[in-house]
Amino acid sequence: MRYIEQFLFVVVLGVAIYFFTQKIKQIRRNIFLGKAESINDQKSLRWKIMAKVALGQSKMVVRPVAGFFHILIYVGFILINIEVLEIIIDGVVGTHRSLAFLGSIYNIAIGFFEILAVLVLIACVVFLARRFIIKIPRFHSPEMKGWATQDATYILVIEMVLMAALLQMNAVDQLLQEKGADHYIAAGSFPISHYLTGLFTGYNTASLVILERTFWWFHILGILFFLNYVPYSKHLHIFLAFPNTWYSRLKPAGEFTNMPEITNEVNLMLDPSKADPNMPPPEKFGVNDITDLSWKNILDAYSCTECGRCTSSCPANLTGKKLSPRKIMMDTRDRAETLGKAKDENGLDYHDGKSLHDLISQEELLACTTCNACVEACPININPVEIIFGMRQYQTLEKSAMPSEWAMMNNNIENNQAPWQFSPSDRANWTNEV
Amino acid sequence: MDERSIIAQAIMSKKIHVPTVAELLAQGEKPDILFWVGCAGSFDERAQKVTKAFVKILHHVGLKYAILGTEETCTGDPAKRAGNEFLFQMQAMANIATLNAYEITKIVTTCPHCFNTIKNEYPSLGGSYDVIHHTQLLQNLIDEGRLTFGKDPFNGRKITYHDSCYLGRANGVYDAPRKILEALDAELIEMKRCRKNGLCCGAGGAQMFKDAEQGKKEINIERSEEAISTGAQIISANCPFCTTMIRDGVKHAQKENEVEVLDLAELVAKAKDL
Repeated sequence: MRYIEQFLFVVVLGVAIYFFTQKIKQIRRNIFLGKAESINDQKSLRWKIMAKVALGQSKMVVRPVAGFFHILIYVGFILINIEVLEIIIDGVVGTHRSLAFLGSIYNIAIGFFEILAVLVLIACVVFLARRFIIKIPRFHSPEMKGWATQDATYILVIEMVLMAALLQMNAVDQLLQEKGADHYIAAGSFPISHYLTGLFTGYNTASLVILERTFWWFHILGILFFLNYVPYSKHLHIFLAFPNTWYSRLKPAGEFTNMPEITNEVNLMLDPSKADPNMPPPEKFGVNDITDLSWKNILDAYSCTECGRCTSSCPANLTGKKLSPRKIMMDTRDRAETLGKAKDENGLDYHDGKSLHDLISQEELLACTTCNACVEACPININPVEIIFGMRQYQTLEKSAMPSEWAMMNNNIENNQAPWQFSPSDRANWTNEV
Repeated sequence: MDERSIIAQAIMSKKIHVPTVAELLAQGEKPDILFWVGCAGSFDERAQKVTKAFVKILHHVGLKYAILGTEETCTGDPAKRAGNEFLFQMQAMANIATLNAYEITKIVTTCPHCFNTIKNEYPSLGGSYDVIHHTQLLQNLIDEGRLTFGKDPFNGRKITYHDSCYLGRANGVYDAPRKILEALDAELIEMKRCRKNGLCCGAGGAQMFKDAEQGKKEINIERSEEAISTGAQIISANCPFCTTMIRDGVKHAQKENEVEVLDLAELVAKAKDL
């Protein structure tokens, strides 16, 4: 029986890891549908930012309530996963509590994990309450309807179920340990599940073994299911927050990259000696589809957990405009998934003829003040402004689609060297009045 | 000499001559620092007051500065933010050619948009200068003891400060403006959304030059209400566009008789009675 269980475990584990890695490979491919861009300067600073922002959660705690409960789940998740290592060893080798040889350290750890499990449970309840009872507005923006909210709810519920299974498993385990059941060595401490043993006192040893096995399997199957759910979900941030902060933009937030292909065109006009005559004329200006974005923009999109701090600090959104930086990130990810799938079905060179502009309207793009509040608010340094700006460039340069006031402004700059219609010769008139 | 001509002479003698770089060059000289006035500072009536206040301060401390005069043109910032990279680079290259021809090394500007563009976006196009915002220059002058103030020049009037996006979040300058207010012995009341969390006035990203998209409120009204709610009698700012936007917001709230919107250069000039 035990061998069958071991065999089953290895098969399930293998299948889960296989599907997980396949999906991760696909996401990696989708991210690199974006343009190549080398980001590997100032490595020590990048490690520091990752340590501070992702590992240290420095931007999460800017909002203290959410920050505090998020740290509970985060610490709980990372530490309790040490126990998953033991579960995997036990599952493969057929042992029980294989790390118990660590003695008192093991006992303290198991007890600590139980306390964490309860804290995670509490945090999940608080998060559900924030969404559905307190109804914090940023969780109820238009882009949160449907899957986005379902996804968030599933994650919280799955986490709660996993924690509950862990505690119940321990409760039954300690009953078996007390009974001196074969295979169930005395190990661990159970400061929380100790109070749950009353639920299972009526059962004999054989039933308890079945219960323990059920909870054990439920817990690990739940974790493996979760592992495979995460890449389809906003929850991918638990992995991608780390690379995403490492690849953070380090230049000043106000610096918008100059397009080199345009520099060459301008040089050809103003000073041909500086221009590279062999550079082919650019095919396209600005961002039409995700393939025109940098791969970092798409990594940003896959890293986004849709918390909406960006949107709740966006001046345009706060005053009722359609623009929501979170929606920009969600649309970018959706588009990467759609195009990725289309390429899977029809080959890498295939393009479905659609674009990011089908998902993001000009009205949204035009409302951005480039104030960078969204970038500042993001707990993992995602940058929606770059995407908005690139798409705006496409609208202006490729489609000449812009408000008439902007067309006028551009005319003025071109003809009068100022955005208003003043004569350039009057520029210094103010000096006569000092 | 009769009384009237004495007064006229006094007024004349107070008149400041603002030198251009070309003028200095003709005399075989170069400015230590170029004052980049910007389009708003040159043409906009409200922003001109800031320009004049700043020039008075420069004169008062005796800095050797000059302007480009009619050789200055738009940095291209609004064109770039509106997506017209082509026009931006045309403007940038023309300005860089002028600046480099005059061998300019140091630039001060009263506009955070000009500041950001010249400081961050000109270098890769061939224009590298030491660029500072006027609040940074004022802070330096205060630190060096070249600008000193009497006790409480604003008679205990409460002041709040609005961080412009392009000086604050875009370039991380939060302290220089506040140190000026400190030196002015003013009681600074911060808004809830300040420093890194400062709320935009609504003008950035070329919004100044078009109507806002449909919504339930104008951004400048949201920000002005926040500033007014601090109870401050003066809203200080560092950007010609913010000043315009917030002044409009204060008018909208019908508070223009109680609340003044002033650039930090204007506050300094007032405190020095310039």
